[in-house]
Amino acid sequence: MNAPYPVRPASVWAEARAGVRDMAPVMVAAVPIGLLFGTLCRAKGLAPAEVMLMSSLVFAGGAEFAAIGLWTTPAPIAALVFSTLLINARHVLMGVSLRPKMRAFRGWRLYAAFYFLTDESWALAERRALTQPISATYWFVMAALLPIAWVGSTVTGSILGPLLGDPKQLGADFAFTALFIGLVAAFWRGRVTAWTIAASGAASALVEVTAGAPWHVAAGATAGIAAAYFAADPDPADGKDAA
Amino acid sequence: MTVDPVTLAAILAMSAVTYLTRIAGLFLADRLVLRGRAKAAFDAIPPAVLFAVVAPTALATGWPETAAAAVTALAATRLSLLPVTAVGVASVLAFRTLAGG
Repeated sequence: MNAPYPVRPASVWAEARAGVRDMAPVMVAAVPIGLLFGTLCRAKGLAPAEVMLMSSLVFAGGAEFAAIGLWTTPAPIAALVFSTLLINARHVLMGVSLRPKMRAFRGWRLYAAFYFLTDESWALAERRALTQPISATYWFVMAALLPIAWVGSTVTGSILGPLLGDPKQLGADFAFTALFIGLVAAFWRGRVTAWTIAASGAASALVEVTAGAPWHVAAGATAGIAAAYFAADPDPADGKDAA
Repeated sequence: MTVDPVTLAAILAMSAVTYLTRIAGLFLADRLVLRGRAKAAFDAIPPAVLFAVVAPTALATGWPETAAAAVTALAATRLSLLPVTAVGVASVLAFRTLAGG
């Protein structure tokens, strides 16, 4: 890499090794999820080439799972973009927090670096920033390893998925719902989240039954976010958490 | 290797909006300070959206799905993502068998 910022030659390998070491367990965990995602894509009629495009260009697991849950043919672009925007809005806060710790990145390299921003790369970088600066070598090795595992496993899943038989017979049509319930648990913050889930679920189910898909997502999301706003403590007790 | 034009457009649009969220923080780094209710509302976005996507399946399909969703939620308090998914799939199969179909 042609880095204009100072990188001590002796430390480049150590930085790269640290990146591999930190991301390796995340890659292992991503593979089965990616296989599942590819299988679900294929069940919705997406070709392996389309799965490859989505996984490498969008490269945001939560939003991709939501998108494939909403997917119909032809693709409902407005609903997909809205859902993607809402789910990925958390990236904004992650970027706000990480930006001051990535002063080594200048110009277009900063914008290239943030292409690889994910929950996982963000968390690993924040952890590393506690003890040392985030070098370009560390970030690009660590953060760019994940798409290799993600694209590889999702495309493999989309190719091998049909060999597994009828998804409903295997209960695999429920895998989504179960996976999302598991993901929701990762965002659990107690009482406020309970109100969020209750409002989101009620509004979503009601709108799906009355108005039909895909409006249930917007309705549920809006109701859940509003519920969180009103359920939360109005005092800015924890202001420094914003960064 | 076929790519449907509407699918391609959807993927490109999703990609663009995702990249915007990734770099938006770079412009806001010194300006955005969310507190209290605004921060709670922002933090609630991922679970609110995720559950809105699956709520019709979990709550408005039939009792086996709703029961399996409850079992899955219980599993989610103790297990990681993959075991949780496995528990959900296994329980929906069991409840559907009990329901006779």
